[in-house]
Amino acid sequence: MSGKMRIQTTINGEPQEFLCEPRQSLLECLRDTLGLTGTKEGCNDGNCGACTVIMDDRIVTSCLVLGVEAEGCRVTTIEGIAKGSELHPLQQSFLENAALQCGICTPGFIVAAKALLDQEAHPSEEQIRLWLANNLCRCTGYDKIIRAVEQAAAAGSEVKA
Amino acid sequence: MKTQEYTVVGTRPIRHDGADKVTGRAQYGADFQMAGLLHGHILRSPHAHAQIRSIDTSKAAKLPGVKAIITADDFPQGPDRMVDLGEGDTPLSYARGNVLAKGKALYRGHAVAGIAAISAHVAEEAAGLIEVDYEVLPCVLTAPEAMREDAPVLHADLKTKEFGEQTGRTSNIAEHFRHEMGNIETGFAEADVIVEREFHTATVHQGYIEPHNTTALWNNDGRILIWCSTQGSFVVRDVTACILDVPVSQVKVTPMEIGGGFGGKIPVYLEPVAAMLSRKTGKPVKIVMSRKDVFEGTGPTPGSYIKVKIGSRKDGRITAAQAYLAYEAGAYPGAMVGPGGMCVFAAYDIANVVIDGFDVVVNKPSTAAYRAPGATNAAFATETVVDEIAEKLGIDPLEFRLKNAAKEGTRRADGPKYRRIGCVEVIEAMKNHPHYSAPLGGPNRGRGVAVGFWFNIGLPSSCTISVNADGTVNLVEGSTDIGGTRTSIAMQAAEVLGISAADVHPTVVDTDSVGFTAVTGGSRTTFATGWAAYEAAQDIVRQMKERAAKLWETEAASVELERGLFRSGDKAMSFADLAAKLESTGGPVVGRGAVNPRGVGGSFSGNIVDVEVDPETGKVTILRFTAVQDAGKAIHPSYVEGQMQGGSVQGIGWALNEEYYMNRDGAMTNSSLLDYRMPTALDLPMIDTVIVEVANPGHPFGVRGVGEANIIPPPGAIANAIYRAAGVRMNRLPMNPPAIMQAIWNQRD
Repeated sequence: MSGKMRIQTTINGEPQEFLCEPRQSLLECLRDTLGLTGTKEGCNDGNCGACTVIMDDRIVTSCLVLGVEAEGCRVTTIEGIAKGSELHPLQQSFLENAALQCGICTPGFIVAAKALLDQEAHPSEEQIRLWLANNLCRCTGYDKIIRAVEQAAAAGSEVKA
Repeated sequence: MKTQEYTVVGTRPIRHDGADKVTGRAQYGADFQMAGLLHGHILRSPHAHAQIRSIDTSKAAKLPGVKAIITADDFPQGPDRMVDLGEGDTPLSYARGNVLAKGKALYRGHAVAGIAAISAHVAEEAAGLIEVDYEVLPCVLTAPEAMREDAPVLHADLKTKEFGEQTGRTSNIAEHFRHEMGNIETGFAEADVIVEREFHTATVHQGYIEPHNTTALWNNDGRILIWCSTQGSFVVRDVTACILDVPVSQVKVTPMEIGGGFGGKIPVYLEPVAAMLSRKTGKPVKIVMSRKDVFEGTGPTPGSYIKVKIGSRKDGRITAAQAYLAYEAGAYPGAMVGPGGMCVFAAYDIANVVIDGFDVVVNKPSTAAYRAPGATNAAFATETVVDEIAEKLGIDPLEFRLKNAAKEGTRRADGPKYRRIGCVEVIEAMKNHPHYSAPLGGPNRGRGVAVGFWFNIGLPSSCTISVNADGTVNLVEGSTDIGGTRTSIAMQAAEVLGISAADVHPTVVDTDSVGFTAVTGGSRTTFATGWAAYEAAQDIVRQMKERAAKLWETEAASVELERGLFRSGDKAMSFADLAAKLESTGGPVVGRGAVNPRGVGGSFSGNIVDVEVDPETGKVTILRFTAVQDAGKAIHPSYVEGQMQGGSVQGIGWALNEEYYMNRDGAMTNSSLLDYRMPTALDLPMIDTVIVEVANPGHPFGVRGVGEANIIPPPGAIANAIYRAAGVRMNRLPMNPPAIMQAIWNQRD
């Protein structure tokens, strides 16, 4: 076992320091060291998207990022999506559209969809499907997820208008 | 199609666990933490079939941080007996043997040893230091191969059961059953057209996104405490108790949130190992599978070899049908071929039928249930043959199905006579859907249809409800919530009590805290646990009427409850107002419901699908998809649609590209989610749904259960659509580009 390194990051808007072994993934650090278990592990090889987080405005699968790579980065996880006690329009829309069944993939979908809406306020169905193609859901067949993202996009533009 | 006017049932409230699940707060099994936790790892066999000569753990045990290692020899070694694993009886030796291999490894991925260490990394490293001396044996991977007389035998003690009798013959065929009705020779003699085809379907996995996980603590008082993601906490309790040879009450299972199951999280894999490791170390032990472990070490659904022969008169009436179903059970018996036999011709009223089923062990992971287990394989065969006959007779495929559709009074070859069912209504809804007559809009396109049937199950469920002084109630139940069932159960209680769904607070509790409740499976949860909630709510109503009567100094029999208002003569009081007076009228009110319902109602489903086949590559694109299903009564229509959409897409994956790609040595070569290619959002259109409601007379609200029937028709419907698009009849799953190109080339030759 090699020694642990001290990593300084910003997680969900707050400065955060943690210790990690060089071999530990960011996913492991988030879940096991920082207790942010909303980010899920489905495959640990970057293929299911359940561990999606936003790192410096880009979505990454946190199982493929080392903890040490988070040094100096801004990381947003599912725990940082709601504004205090108010759900993000995507979270509200997922609930209203029944866009989750078991819910294990939901954090990854919401984080990925937020990154999409942050850069494209009115995505087409095709754009949403392409963007979310790295997130696997086995329960819903995606229909209600796509609709939830469409509705959140519409709600977001109402808020701005 | 309205069954009755309800206030809560049939509405779409936000699910009770919703906020937790969209904020990341919901605690799934792998999220569980406790002080002093050790981490486990399972060493698995690299060989599909091998004698285990010896296991040397000495080097691994010396690795710093390793706390304990166990093998099958650490389990109790009592005499064999039959145990119920939640889906029927199995010899204990098989259940125990699948958890840790004893003597022989029967598939690649078969668990051989368990390690507990200070971290998962150390435990994994230690696994690499365990020296297992294997004598590699020839393996057998498909049912037809395993049924040959000269095939390598998996279990020397497995004797073939034939037509219910023990033959005393050792083979890989655990069982051969036959259902017979009418006279098959006469039936085929009456037919003007007979079509007989052979089919092969690959092993596929349920593909839930959350890997199996568990934490176990063998506590200092002797009790075994388990926190895990499971479809049945009582099954985990009972199986773990059996394997460890302790009374069931010594095990307490707390079901955490579960990230999908589809049948695959009914079997027990990790809990007895984690418990034994905890006993050795005195600390809680957590084990989480890797994705590769999930593919190689947990139950997929059977691959199969099927023959179906159907004869019809010119007027479109089927006269006889015969099926031969050989299903791969994997390493231990239990291939779900029984349900396959029940469902293969279940959508049709046929007088002369023979169905032969074979449960065959092979060197693949022991199979588990997968959404209508056994039925999808069988329906792929039947629906393809039915389509071909309809084409030969020049009859519209839905008309042909309508002419032969099963209805109330139809007898199935395996025995039961249908009560009120919705087969005709489902096919009519398909026929009347605009999709069925819409133009295809381009070349290389085709439209296919198919139907499917699943019988659904009942089994025991328990529920208690207590009344709060503010007019809400707390509902306690034991059914793991995989897809919104807290809400569909709470809604049934709310309907009885005349309060809103939001005023019912449902909680899924541990096995110490609620009466026995069978698995979340068999489409039974909204049906059976919903019924338990209905009974518990009725119990509340009875007690609340007594309280009202006491207040009003009248007879309880004179008190009525209507839309949340208790009335007697000119007196009236809301549920909430009466709830506030419980303390002064005798104390708390607690209702209970415990059921083992018999009135199970089967569910029919049907698909219309449009595909485009690329003639250069064989790639199939799903252009449009409509799913129709009889829900009996849709308690929460959004989650019924969700089941239909999810099951349809799993069926699409099964049809087009999912399979265990095995090499000759019995190794799965695509055991990652990249290579085991499940459908993504980009592969699919929206999935249109039509909920048909033919009330189940056996349930208070008419519920049938909707979890499973939806996965059955897609492979058949897609095969029929491919035929119309590309002119080839597919008889193999998956129908991936190489298979389709091969079929196209074969036809050209």
